[in-house]
Amino acid sequence: MEIRELEKIASQVRRDILRMVHGAQSGHPGGALGTAEYFVALYWEVMNYSLPFDMDGIGEDLFFLSNGHICAAWYSVLARSGFFPTEELATFRRLNSRLQGHPTTAEHLPGIRVASGSLGQGLSVAVGAAISKKQNKDRHIVYSLHGDGELDEGQNWEAAMSAAHFKMDNLIATIDYNRVQIDGPIEKVMDLGDLWAKFHAFGWDVISLPEGNNMEAVTETLKEAKTHTGKGKPVVIIMQTEMGFGVDFMTGDYRWHGVPPDDEQLARALAQIPETLGDY
Amino acid sequence: MLDQYQMYEKKDTRSGFGAAIAELGAENEKVIVLTADLAGSLKLNDFIARFPDRFYDCGIAEANMVGIAAGMTIGGMLPFATSFANFLTGRVYDQIRQSIAYSGKNVKLCASHAGLTLGEDGATHQILEDIGMMRMLPNMTVVVPCDYNQTRAATRAIARTEGPVYLRFGRPKVPNFTKPDQAFVIGKAEFLSHGEDVTLVACGHMVYKSIEAARLLASEGISVELINMATIKPLDEKAVIDSVSKTGSVVTAEEHQINGGLGDAVAAVIAREHPAPMEMVAVHDRFGESGKPDELMRKYHIDTPDIVRAVKKVLARK
Repeated sequence: MEIRELEKIASQVRRDILRMVHGAQSGHPGGALGTAEYFVALYWEVMNYSLPFDMDGIGEDLFFLSNGHICAAWYSVLARSGFFPTEELATFRRLNSRLQGHPTTAEHLPGIRVASGSLGQGLSVAVGAAISKKQNKDRHIVYSLHGDGELDEGQNWEAAMSAAHFKMDNLIATIDYNRVQIDGPIEKVMDLGDLWAKFHAFGWDVISLPEGNNMEAVTETLKEAKTHTGKGKPVVIIMQTEMGFGVDFMTGDYRWHGVPPDDEQLARALAQIPETLGDY
Repeated sequence: MLDQYQMYEKKDTRSGFGAAIAELGAENEKVIVLTADLAGSLKLNDFIARFPDRFYDCGIAEANMVGIAAGMTIGGMLPFATSFANFLTGRVYDQIRQSIAYSGKNVKLCASHAGLTLGEDGATHQILEDIGMMRMLPNMTVVVPCDYNQTRAATRAIARTEGPVYLRFGRPKVPNFTKPDQAFVIGKAEFLSHGEDVTLVACGHMVYKSIEAARLLASEGISVELINMATIKPLDEKAVIDSVSKTGSVVTAEEHQINGGLGDAVAAVIAREHPAPMEMVAVHDRFGESGKPDELMRKYHIDTPDIVRAVKKVLARK
């Protein structure tokens, strides 16, 4: 697909995110807005998946979202790519919805294979799914997305060590390196130091993506990462994004991690983001 | 009826698990075994020798092991994650809760060295809260077999059951008295004796202690209905209600804190369905210490004489 077309989809995803979080008057717009390009590139250009959704996903690529709080972006992309009706986005975070505040398998929303929300667990699950693919002699890829703040959780580094130890070269993890977490900039809250060197030292093939909100760069990097699989090492993309990207007064501001816009802020934000596929 | 339960030999329940897991490996190529640097203690050597490609040692990283096991189910693997009970429950409670129980993953959590009878390693390793934690989780089945043969049968049974299971067993060699080729039905209590005066419900290592107690009580003319409650969740409530309706009193016996375990599970049924005098033999809200298994059971009052005393106390309250 033309990059211009992908950008149009990302624009609609951003509108969905803002309207969902505004509609629920709760949720996490910052990280969701910042990863719109990643999700669109993954589901429209990179991943091989089939519908209807099948939990085991044998013979297709899998995706796991570890930082579950940014699920508004994922829900929008799943709906827009045919996993469930877009009208259902209006139920986000409401009673009796399949679109829980954090993703879950318990409500059987197509596209989701494990609950996430309590942070730091997704990489372990992705490693397990990658092992399962190896056991099944299924040569498809397991993708996962993680927040940078989430890397404070030690379980990530247990998982990172094990992915290299077990030679999970069918795994492409991406770190949303937006350099902010709930309480502020990561270097103030808990400095991650040299993230590239850390993953390298843990035995990973490290790919840099400095322009994580550039659709062409994201798409090309994800495609390049595929060519790094099958070489004995897990692959990690350190994707530099801006929290709240696409809305001028949210961009780069950690205070938009988990706060919904009010009516006036929503109107100002939507005025900056063209409606391309039709609002839900 | 109790006469049939002779102590043929002493064997550890963990070896019953080890034997069964090797059998399952041969029967089902989806069976995968994980451990966190405790392969020898979990008696995995036979499985590892025969199925090295389906064995994953995760190192001393239980949280990651639990997550990997959850992920392995996607694609149809049947993972058995193993460690000491202490490290496979409290240490990784949130990982079990989110990635396995809430996510409804078909992971079997198989925990050895549970309770005081771990012995000399002391309280850091002697978890007495695990049954409580695990039975509180929605979707979780909790199984606590009593000897080698039953642990082997239970391991095979949980492999046939879809969904998360916590299987608890132990370290010491204890009487192996149940039948070698028994059918283990999850959620079904086993009546080891029928009696008129008191219902005695036990699990794990406390079942044989309860047989000893019931024999002593029989010699004093007290008739005990002894239930081996190897599944704590789902609890065989009907077995409890039917028995207590007849005997009018109940005693529970477990190698666990008095809070949260078998006693609490039975007490809830009794309080709701058939109120009757009840006593619990369990560890009374304290941590353990180093010692030999027998010494610890004596000191912490989960031994045969404690069961006898509890029965007499409950009978006096009838």
